[in-house]
This record gives sequence, C-alpha cells and structure tokens, in this order.
Amino acid sequence: MSVISPKKPVVEMHSITKTFLDVVANNNVDLRLYEGEICALLGENGAGKTTLMNILFGYYTADSGQILVRGEKVAFSSPHDAIENGVGMVHQHFSLVPSQTVLENIVVGSFRGKFFLDTAAAKRKLLELQNRFGLHVDPDAFVWTLPVGSQQKVEILKALYRDASILILDEPTAVLAPLETKELFATLRTFAAEGRSVVFISHKLNEVMEISDRVVVLARGKVVAERKTSETSEKELANLMVGHELTKQPYSPSRKTGAPLLQVSGLTVKNDKGVVAVKDLSLTLHAGEITALAGVSGNGQKELAEVLFGFRELLQGSVMIGDQPLPFGSPKAAIESGIGRIPEDRMTTGLILDLTVEENLALENHTKFKKGWTIDYRALRRHAEKLIEDFSIKTAGPGAIARTLSGGNLQKIILARVLSASPRIIVAAQPTRGLDVGAAEYVHRRILEARDAGSAVLLISEDLDEIFMLSDRIAVMFEGVIMGMVGRREASIEQISLWMSGVKEKCA
Amino acid sequence: MEQIFNLTFLAGLLGAMIRMATPIIFGTMGEIIAERSGVLNLGIEGIMLMGAMTGFLTTLHTGSLWLGVLAAALVGILLSLLMAFLSVILGLSQHVSGLGITLLSTGLAMFIYRLSVGSPVSPPTVKPFSPLAIPLLSNLPVVGKAFFNQYSLVYIAFLLIPIIWVLLFKTSWGLVIRTVGENPLAADTVGINVNLVRTLCLAAGGALMGIGGAFLTLAHQNMFLIEVVGGRGWVCIAMVIFGNWNPIKGAGGALLFGFLDGLQLRLQGIWYKIPFHLFLVIPYLITIIALATMSRRTASPAGLLKPYRREEKG
Ligand SMILES: Nc1ncnc2c1ncn2[C@@H]1O[C@H](COP(=O)(O)OP(=O)(O)O)[C@@H](O)[C@H]1O
Ligand SMILES: [Mg+2]
Repeated sequence: MSVISPKKPVVEMHSITKTFLDVVANNNVDLRLYEGEICALLGENGAGKTTLMNILFGYYTADSGQILVRGEKVAFSSPHDAIENGVGMVHQHFSLVPSQTVLENIVVGSFRGKFFLDTAAAKRKLLELQNRFGLHVDPDAFVWTLPVGSQQKVEILKALYRDASILILDEPTAVLAPLETKELFATLRTFAAEGRSVVFISHKLNEVMEISDRVVVLARGKVVAERKTSETSEKELANLMVGHELTKQPYSPSRKTGAPLLQVSGLTVKNDKGVVAVKDLSLTLHAGEITALAGVSGNGQKELAEVLFGFRELLQGSVMIGDQPLPFGSPKAAIESGIGRIPEDRMTTGLILDLTVEENLALENHTKFKKGWTIDYRALRRHAEKLIEDFSIKTAGPGAIARTLSGGNLQKIILARVLSASPRIIVAAQPTRGLDVGAAEYVHRRILEARDAGSAVLLISEDLDEIFMLSDRIAVMFEGVIMGMVGRREASIEQISLWMSGVKEKCA
Repeated sequence: MEQIFNLTFLAGLLGAMIRMATPIIFGTMGEIIAERSGVLNLGIEGIMLMGAMTGFLTTLHTGSLWLGVLAAALVGILLSLLMAFLSVILGLSQHVSGLGITLLSTGLAMFIYRLSVGSPVSPPTVKPFSPLAIPLLSNLPVVGKAFFNQYSLVYIAFLLIPIIWVLLFKTSWGLVIRTVGENPLAADTVGINVNLVRTLCLAAGGALMGIGGAFLTLAHQNMFLIEVVGGRGWVCIAMVIFGNWNPIKGAGGALLFGFLDGLQLRLQGIWYKIPFHLFLVIPYLITIIALATMSRRTASPAGLLKPYRREEKG
C-alpha cells in the first residue's frame, strides 16, 4: 500500500504501540517521512495522532516499536534527545511563559556554554529566521499581550531556532482565522522547499488537500490508508477517516421565528487582564432561532458568554431578558431567568470532575431535590437515571465519578442538565470542540430540537461547518466587535472568513 | 530623652539593622532561588536551625569558623536534596514535604546537639567571628561603623543580593530557572530537564539557608540554643512574597525587618517598664501588615507548588 517515493526517508517509525491504561492509542503503527515533503496525518479525535507524534518527539516513550532518524536507530527518552536530532513539535496547546518576552520564550535553554544572556546575537538570529519564513512577531513583546495567531508563530520559531529539520504541527489551524492559515501554509512551503519535512496533523479535509503532498490516515490507533494527495479526494479521505460514508446533515431552517427573548445593547466588557474585550456590542436573540457568533477564539466571545452567565461584570450597556435586566454577579439569577449555560471550558466551569455523574446532573438545579435540609438522593438518582437513558450517556452508572467519562459523554452531561431544565435561552459556547464526529452530530441534533421547541439559541463557535449547518443567522465577532451579520441563506463562506480576519468590506 | 536618640544611637541602630537583616537575607535569597524554579521550600526554618547547630558544633570541635560555615552549607544542601527527593522526584505535596523537613530538623538538631555536648550547666560557647573593618570606608562618620565594620558573612550576604539578581535576570541559567518555575512543560519541550533544574535550585538555596543559620551561632551569638532561629525562616518566606520574588526587593524587606528588630531591642532598654514581649512582636506585626498590603499586587511563579509530570499514565 506504500506510496513509492524517490526520496530518502528521514524518519521511519516501525510497529509503534502505545497503551494508556486500557486504551490502545497506537496499535502497530508504521509511518515514514521523506525529505522535503509535507505529510498530513489525518484522523478523527482520539485516533492517536497526537500520541504518535509525541512519541517521535520523545515526550512519550512507546511500549514497543522502533524509530529510525536518517537511517539510524534512536531511542528518545525526552524532547531534549529529539531536538538534538532535529525534531521540533508545536503542540496543540501551546506551552509558553506569558510573563516573559517572545525572545526569552524562544531562546531559553539554547545557550550552550554561554553563561550570560547574549540577547543581541539571539535577536539577530531570530530576525533572520523571521524574514526567511515570514513569521513576524515583535521579539520584545510580552507573550501575554499576543493574540493566539502570534503565539503560534512563537511556538514555530522556537522549533526553527533550534534548527529543526523535521517539524510536527498538531492541529495548527484550529486557532487560526482563514487568512492566518494561508500565511502558515506559505511558511510551511518555504520550510519544505529547503528540503526539510513537515508532519501536519489535522482533521480538516480541505486543508489537508491544500497543503500536503501525502496523507496518512489514522483511525482507532491504526494506519488505515496512505495516499498521494494528488491521487485522492476529500470524499475518499472522509470515508477512510470515519470508516463509513459520511452523510452531511442538511441545513434545516428555523420553522418559526418568535419574539425577541434576549437583548444585548451597547455592551462593553473587560477581560481578566483589564483590557476591553467586548466593545459596544448589540445583539438580539429570537425565540425559535439559532444565532451563530462565528469568530476565532479569544476575540471576546468568552467574555460575552460570561456576562450572559451572570459571572462577569459589564462596564457599559445592558442585557435584557424579556423586559427584565439581567443582574450581574448572580449566576443563579441567570439560570432562574431561563438561560441555559453550555460553557466553553466544560472541564472547569461546566462540571466538577471529582463529583459523580448524578451530582453533576443536578448541579444547577439541586434545589429541586431538597427534602427539608437534606437532599433527596432517591429522587436525584431517578432524575439521573432518566437523563442517562434519554441522552444515552455512556457511563458505569449514576454513581460513577465524572472524570472517568470520555469528552463526548461529559458534554452530554452538560447538555442533559441544561436541556432538562427547558431553558428559554441557550448559550452554547464551542459545544462540539474536541468531540468526535458521532458525539458532535448528537449535540447538533439536540440543539436543533431545542430550537424547534421554541428556545432562542446563541451558538458561539469557530467551526464554520457547524455554523453553516445549524444557524439561522450568522454574526461574526472580531476583536470585541461584531463585524457583520447575515441571514444563513445570504451568507457565503468567503464573506464570513473575511470578517473573521477583521476585513470589513463586503465581498463582491 | 533627646540624648538617647543621638548619632551614636543612630549608628548603633543602623549596625544592628544590617546584622539582624543578614540571616534573613541569606534565607530569603535561598528561598527565592528555590521558588523561582517552582518549589516552595517550607523546610527553611528547620534547615536554618540545622545550619546553626551544625556550624556551631563543627566550630566547637575543630576551632575553625569557616569550617563551621562550610558544614552548615553542606547540611543545608543535604536537607534540600531530601526535600527535592520528596517534592520533585516523588512529586509529593510541597507543603507537606517542607513542613516535614522542618519538623524532622527541629528534632534532629536538638538530638545531635545533646548527643554531642550532653547537658552542661552553662551551654558551651565558641569564639565568634569578629568584625572586619574595611579600610577608609569604616572611618566615615555614622555609616562607617554601621556598614563597614561588620562580620565577613555580612559582606557576603550583601554581595549575594546583586549576584542572585544578575543570575536570575541576566544569565541563560536564570532564564532556564524562571522558565522551569513559570511553565515546566514549556521547559521540558525545549529540552530542559525540569526535575534536575529544580533539584539543583533547591540544593543551592539550601546551602544559603544553612549559612544563614550558621550566622546566628557563629557571629550573631556564640552559642546554640534551640530557639536560636526563632521563626526567621518563616520571615524569609514572607520576605520572598513581600519582594515579589525579586532578590533586591526581598532584601529590602529583610532590611526593614532588621531595622525593626534592632529598634525593638533598643526600645526594650529605654522603656524597660513595659513588658519586653510587646516589643518582640513589633517586627513580626509590621511584616504581617506589609505582607497584607503588598501581596495583593504580587505574582508568584505560575508553576509554584505543582510537581511536574509528563501527562503519561499507564
Ligand atoms: N495522557 C493520556 N492518558 C490517558 N489516555 C490518553 C492520554 N493521551 C491520549 N490518551 C488516549 O489515547 C487515545 C488517542 O489520543 P490522541 O493521541 O490524543 O488522539 P488524537 O490526537 O488523534 O485526537 C484517546 O483515546 C485518548 O483518550
Ligand atoms: Mg490530538
């Protein structure tokens, strides 16, 4: 099945197996990487892509298998060894020191035998790299002041500064606006043109088709296919990745748009750093309608959602639910006035992972289960059993600790908790981020059902497929303001992408 | 009353400030190195006591003051390596490991001291460090006597302040230490051995803590008493926070503490009718107030208290 290539392999991974407790993350995986190529590693969430590359980067050690770099057998016990051999990796979740400068983050640990920091020389070398690869970030800026796109550049520069000849990027486009993705691709092409190699991890088919020379498809820990990009299609890759025909859910428009339920006007909010994150924002949600708020994370969506959840103070403006103002500082009041909360950070503010499934299911409505001073655990158990059944949550039982559930099932707990309270307004922030296709599809169906039952939904998302599939109206948020808003029927991907990148003018 | 607060009084007070600040500076510098790498070393109180005891006994038996200082540094390193084993290698709670080291050291110090000298009627003494006058400078009025006629360990402590500052902020090692303390994952993924750096920082810090303890029994006093450290280790912990993990600001806090300590001693003599315990409280009270007002604006190293593990289970 291997695709014949005239070039030499720089990396050969042979029958790599890696097990976490009872999960086989990589099962006898073979992977080759050639000089000067961009190889896409494609697979659904949980397929084992990150694990495989962490093994090549020396962050994990494989249970069994062999790795050869430039023909020589290696056994990396830490990233240090991998870096020595020219392997660099940009993780999906960045590891930067926010309180230090870009330069400090890049050069740390790279001074062999030099005691004093030679910042002048380091800066010269860095600027040279920046020009060569088109990665422009101010070396003296503090990392906490940078938007995510620039932080990613810092991460890439970290690897380039150590003279990586094998660069691994783990889902790099997840945090980028469409124009930033174009820039990244240009950088990667320059890199490969120098005879170096790139592993590009993604589950976005269009990007894989655009950037890669070769695609390796991983599913359930195994390599299921390998193709030359020029000899395959998005459709074939999708089927290989999922293992069956992928049926895209058709867009189903709102049947009936009702009265305005939530009105945000002139809202200005500061973020945790004290910087204005939402500027003079106005938005109205109608019953029976899904309004999408598209945009790359970090453009004020989180702060807006937190105001609606009642735990972030607004600087100016107002939030009206019907004709009642939403009080600040009372998440309880927000819940009581009918706002259903599906938060972005489900592990921290959505659930309490050390409590049981049934306790988590009762978190925002536990007062319903009061019996005098105590909680009626029998009623709670019945409630939980019903929801576990209704939402097909896969768990050992209502008494299981939440931490033991998979990401998709954790999200189902939140969904069950929120929807079972029949909220009039639902604020869903990145509801399917990190979920596999099956779980995401389930979440989508439930949200559509809630809309059809008359709820007003605010869908905060950066996934354009999701937005186009669910929403009735699409607004785009960039640096705290709404760049534009269109009805679903009039919307085009191009226009939304431009707005997401901060370009105001309308497409022709 | 006016005669009391004259120039001689001032010179004496300044001299006392410098002397009282010295053990705090040693401890604070040691603690800053450890905490900048991400480990809170609550063993400091016990390590200083062990340093005080070891330094004293070594000098008592060998007659060499500098051997005593060296032994105190070594015992500080050893105890900090134990701290590193528990909190860095095994990844146990830094609070529990540190308090454990202090408890262990307190018992051990008394035990070894008794084992070595028995229970004589009056405790044995050594001939302590004598002040070393710096030519010319020590002749300056007021400050000459206060600042430039001090023990050599005092000069070393004050030299350490800029040295540690340069080490942390101007050298490649310092950048490595700070990165390990802020984000160990970032350090690991650029090829830095996080646990090794933390262990070395704890050891270096421990040496300074040990010397700080030895100052108390070899210069400040000339004998070992179990209460000789008397909470100074905890004061160092406070000074690290007060100084926002910066050696220069931390030393400023130590000087403030030294000043108040020197002042309360003198006030005890002046207002002898007031129970002296009240004066003893002053420096600690001001420390609490300073800490309460300052610490809201400080930012601890983000990786402090968190043992580092690659997220690899199974
Ligand atoms: N540190 C870990 N501990 C336990 N299980 C893990 C860990 N990392 C990954 N896994 C499991 O291994 C499988 C593969 O994960 P991963 O490599 O992250 O997939 P991908 O990157 O393709 O989404 C998943 O089932 C995941 O839950
Ligand atoms: Mg992954």
